Amino acid sequence: MSKIVAQAVIRGAHKIYKEAEDKLTKAIQDKGESQKIEFPNTAFYLPMANALLAKEAKNLKDAKEILQHAKTLLPEIPTDKVWLPYLGGALDAGIATLLSEEIIMVLRYLYKEEPQADCEGFFSDTILRSLGIQLVDGRMPGFAAILGAAPDNKTAVEITRQLQERNILIFAGSSTNGRSIIDQLKEENVQMGWENYIVPYGRDTLSAVYPLHWAIRGALTFGGLKPGQAKKCLLYCKERVFAFGLALGELDDYKYATGAGAITMGFPVIADTDIPEIKPSGITAYEALVKELDHNKIVPRCIEVRGVKVKVAKIPIPVMYGAAFEGERVRKENLYVEFGGKVSSALEYLHSTDTDKVEDGKVELIGPDIDNLNSAKKNMPLGIEVIVAGRKFNKDFEPILERQVHRYINWAMGLMHIGQRDMIWIRINKETAEKGFRLKHIGIILHAMIHQEYSAIVDKVQVKIYTKEEDVEKLGKQALKVFSERDERSSGMTDESVDTFYSCTLCQSFAPNHVCVITPERLGLCGAYSWLDGKASFEITPTGPNQPIKKGETLDDKLGKWKNINDFVYDKSNKNVQSVSMYSLLVDPQTSCGCFECILAVIPEVNGVMIVNRDFSGMTPCGMTFTTLAGSVGGGVQTPGFLGVGKLYVVSKKFISAEGGFKRLVWMPKELKELLGDKLKKRCEEIGDPDFINKIADETVATTIEQLVPFLEKVGHPAVSMPSLV
Amino acid sequence: MPDVTKRSVDPATQQVLKHIEGQPIKTTWDRHDEMQPQCGFGQLGICCTNCYLGPCRIDPFGEGAQQGVCGADADTIVARNLLRHIAAGAAAHSDHGRGVAHALHLVGKGKIHDYHIQDEEKLKQMAKMYDIKIEGRSKEEIAVDLGDKFLGDFGSQEGPIKFISRAPRKRIEVWKKAGIIPRGVDREIVEAMHRVHIGVDNEYKSIILHGMRASLGDGWGGSMIATEAQDILLRTPEPIRGTVNLGVLKEDQVNIIVHGHEALLPEAAAKVVKDPEMIKLAKEAGANGINLAGMCCTANEVLMRHEVPLAGNFLQQELAIATGAVEMMMVDIQCIMPGLIDVAKCFHTEIITTSEKAKFPGVTFIHFDEHDAINIMKSIVKKAIENYKKRDKSRVFIPKDKKDLVAGISTEVISCILGGKYLNTFKPLNEAIINGRIRGVAGVVGCNNPKITHDYGHLTLVKELLKNDVIVLSTGCSAIACGKAGFLQPEAAFEAAGKGLKEVCEAVGIPPVLHMGSCVDNSRILIAACEVLKAGGLGEDISDLPAAGAAPEWMSEKAISIGFYFVSSGVFTVLGGAMPVLGSQNVTKFLTEDMESVCGGKFAFEADPLKAATLMIDHINKKREALRLRPMMYQGK
Repeated sequence: MSKIVAQAVIRGAHKIYKEAEDKLTKAIQDKGESQKIEFPNTAFYLPMANALLAKEAKNLKDAKEILQHAKTLLPEIPTDKVWLPYLGGALDAGIATLLSEEIIMVLRYLYKEEPQADCEGFFSDTILRSLGIQLVDGRMPGFAAILGAAPDNKTAVEITRQLQERNILIFAGSSTNGRSIIDQLKEENVQMGWENYIVPYGRDTLSAVYPLHWAIRGALTFGGLKPGQAKKCLLYCKERVFAFGLALGELDDYKYATGAGAITMGFPVIADTDIPEIKPSGITAYEALVKELDHNKIVPRCIEVRGVKVKVAKIPIPVMYGAAFEGERVRKENLYVEFGGKVSSALEYLHSTDTDKVEDGKVELIGPDIDNLNSAKKNMPLGIEVIVAGRKFNKDFEPILERQVHRYINWAMGLMHIGQRDMIWIRINKETAEKGFRLKHIGIILHAMIHQEYSAIVDKVQVKIYTKEEDVEKLGKQALKVFSERDERSSGMTDESVDTFYSCTLCQSFAPNHVCVITPERLGLCGAYSWLDGKASFEITPTGPNQPIKKGETLDDKLGKWKNINDFVYDKSNKNVQSVSMYSLLVDPQTSCGCFECILAVIPEVNGVMIVNRDFSGMTPCGMTFTTLAGSVGGGVQTPGFLGVGKLYVVSKKFISAEGGFKRLVWMPKELKELLGDKLKKRCEEIGDPDFINKIADETVATTIEQLVPFLEKVGHPAVSMPSLV
Repeated sequence: MPDVTKRSVDPATQQVLKHIEGQPIKTTWDRHDEMQPQCGFGQLGICCTNCYLGPCRIDPFGEGAQQGVCGADADTIVARNLLRHIAAGAAAHSDHGRGVAHALHLVGKGKIHDYHIQDEEKLKQMAKMYDIKIEGRSKEEIAVDLGDKFLGDFGSQEGPIKFISRAPRKRIEVWKKAGIIPRGVDREIVEAMHRVHIGVDNEYKSIILHGMRASLGDGWGGSMIATEAQDILLRTPEPIRGTVNLGVLKEDQVNIIVHGHEALLPEAAAKVVKDPEMIKLAKEAGANGINLAGMCCTANEVLMRHEVPLAGNFLQQELAIATGAVEMMMVDIQCIMPGLIDVAKCFHTEIITTSEKAKFPGVTFIHFDEHDAINIMKSIVKKAIENYKKRDKSRVFIPKDKKDLVAGISTEVISCILGGKYLNTFKPLNEAIINGRIRGVAGVVGCNNPKITHDYGHLTLVKELLKNDVIVLSTGCSAIACGKAGFLQPEAAFEAAGKGLKEVCEAVGIPPVLHMGSCVDNSRILIAACEVLKAGGLGEDISDLPAAGAAPEWMSEKAISIGFYFVSSGVFTVLGGAMPVLGSQNVTKFLTEDMESVCGGKFAFEADPLKAATLMIDHINKKREALRLRPMMYQGK
């Protein structure tokens, strides 16, 4: 809070308090202290006083008591020199303002001065319930309270349209120099009302307490908080109600004071005039008070400052879009154009940069579009560059997001996407092209979907699409360098190089005692979650199923036991699992939910272990099929000798390293061998036995123990001569 | 003639030093010069006088004796001497704390009438911590029990002392593992004295570990009890304005200076000088009123609660008298130079000592008894008024320099300053650190020392830290130095702070250096660190925090104890100039390297404040990296 702002806020609070006091004194003179007061259709009395003070204000006497409290919150106006700290005081003044405004409003109702012409006035509990739930559960991304008036009607309309496009509920009101945005919109015949997401609340600043009322009742209604839990109510608004104030035109003391009330609730204020900014966060999630003088940029700026997570309801492309189209193929007969595969150079590359270098929603096509294609030639080069920025973004998330491009593009009807990085193959079919699908739509899809699914970490997305060979080549050079850096980073990551693992309790809905612990060298048993995914997921949903666990004190290096991991698992397994080893199949192995890609099982006769993947339906040398094995492994219990794992764990250096590791592997289905392919070969080379892959038996040589033993002896499998497993 | 600019960077100090040139007035700087060269054995800590086999000293060049008569080597001697210093420092703070705890008990009993419970909320908060029943009891009844419990922590045999439980869980585990949780404040000091007796503890690590334990009994015991009990009796400080430097003395008024470390005594003085009866007497004596000013930490106490101006810090005590304008200097305990007496003899100034623990040859002793505080204070003030008549106006020389400042930033008010009464939170501070507006937090504390140009160490270090977006928490004589340089003014953020820190100061309305009180109030910094951890995002232990401590001009044994309890609490602490330990490589290495593995903190000795700043900033950066905080918003490392 700059001093100038604090002075204005506190000055404003004193004035508003005085206005409330005068109005109340007059009302008491007119009607006596026992005169009943109420807002229409609410069970929350004066909602602000109810939430913050647990006050059930029913008459003028109650209002008087509230005002007396408000008075105690009014600090001195900061001096020009050697001022005393003012932030806390200004926030208190904000609360005093809201309490005073609420009383002014309820007195206006008493005198039948509210609601104002064309305005909604106090928002009823009914509306709160029907629309409010959408606001707190995220279906509606947020609400904007506009105060003042735009410089001209056109700008007013433009701003509201931009907010509407993003499904942001708009409360319009207050005035600047006698002009209100309500009248600007009215003059332009903009339809207003709850159904249009534009609600006029009143033409003065004092009535801006209505939208704030609405938010604070949300804390009581949806947050399960009790009246009087003031701090919790305020924090609920900050964390759950994505609201912000948009001040158009000059700010007077009244607006500053009301703005301070909003800021105390965690709602930042964005102004279109040259005001002193308040950048440090803590009361609000990001900046508290900012200016944006360019009206074209003001709505995106609001969204960024409040951290509103915009969800695009319908992606504006000429074809249908959804998961239903994911597996659809585009065959040659129906092909309009293709990129990559073996026919042209193509790549996709996602990277992050500084937030001021990204223009959210901008999609550029650099080069010819698909309709400029020579009809005989059905291919062209393609480079898709996705540039993202986010305050919580971390370079580690880049590959995770990039991997989603595959799914996002596939979801469009008539589009096919295969591969990743510089090995993509995209096809577009004829109908889709005829319906008007052009390359920029790929950008529109990516922008919308990344916002939709990764809004917690991404604030801005911009897409550049290149179709000129030289541009694609240039992008390729840049990307390849990054790809190899990423590979190094992720392959270089070891359990020792980090101090935090991630939990996964996603499956506790059906295996309540199961806790996955994901390490850089041991991915989740479902194969879907790597350590980086866990980390990203935690960033996205800090209270979600993936929690960071600091390893803490090492209890056993070899088995992979850490004190904090044990404590965490004990706690989260409902005190069922006391100790867990990350690297052992025999001593306190991890539990399994049921989602495992593969199952490991000890074959004592050959001193080794076998692995079987879910898709393999045949018999295995341990005498059980996958399905039978799954019955004994799942359900969140520790079963030494059996372990559910992700298939990539096989090629990890930490693969049952407590028992001697990879060299113990004696049997795996052929298809799994093929699936792991190069990775498996590489791992064999790492252990200094390139031929080891052929020493692992598969179903073509053994499906029983009797067949397995001679095979292993014949190939000289190392497990046979390793120390006894059991 | 000595170059005054080498003696002090403070213009007021320089002017008085210049003014007294040629007069037969000796100051601490003159005595320091005369003392040169100072004893090398003493500086290295290798002289032992603990028993009468000696005195012994170890030859630092390795040619002469390497063991004392008893066989103690340099390691043992250095460590034992160090432990003695810690014990003395811890004793000083803790004895002060005991006095306040006792007063609290007496107030509860109704035996003292001039003090009252002023912070009931804190009284209850503390009582809860000790499981004292609150419901249905008067605040006095609670105060009796709390006073008893506080006193109990001094005499406790098994412990742990209660306030240890205020530390983060991880910190307590570290202490447990190292075996240094204090069992009782007094017990550890007594045991320290036992261990250093001839032929007891001879293993330097064992000696130092006990020193850590005794110091924790100070920081989380004696000092913390002093702070909390003072807050309960005299109220918890809130932001106030004040003025500092010799310019606060008034030419036309009766000037009374309170000097030392007590808080109860100046509280009475602050009340009495406002008494119309006293003012009338002063006017009758020809003065225009009574001007109370403070010196050292007594000054900090009474500044925070009564806006009494600060006349100066440790090295200015003699100079205040040398202005010729001081009718009386009322002293209590700690850091009062006997040299004052000779300076006072050159003027009309009367020195009154008020503590029976602190007497001076030829100085009037008036026992300041809390039972009759106001009356005793009145009699003292009357003497000062009487003395005004003796002032030789022709000899009065008061420098014009004084600065406005903001002080009184107790830990409790920080959350209120940041979030108001409703939100009450440390969050904005934490987020500023996490987001890279503020690099980290530094506690810059401690004394003055003529070995280094007066205030230069504090100010140079602080300036550098601020420039690098490190917010500074300050107490004691360091805070006074900062005040004189204007760093305690909110405006200083615009001139001295890096861009990120400036934004935060501007948003909150605070100066870039926060005055947190006297030197016993360093305990406030410990609690502030705990509150920061609770607010989240900056680790789980004090040693995780991007924070560092410094005492650039330290000199007292209290400073050694403070240094030890900070380091033992996990804080990297830079002392301007080494403790007397360099005579033992092992002890030096233990303090500056190995301690980190024991308690997460360690010492560094660096006389150059600019280099000290670099050490602190490097440490803060290291911690930022370990916490994976964002890069600094506006500047690189």
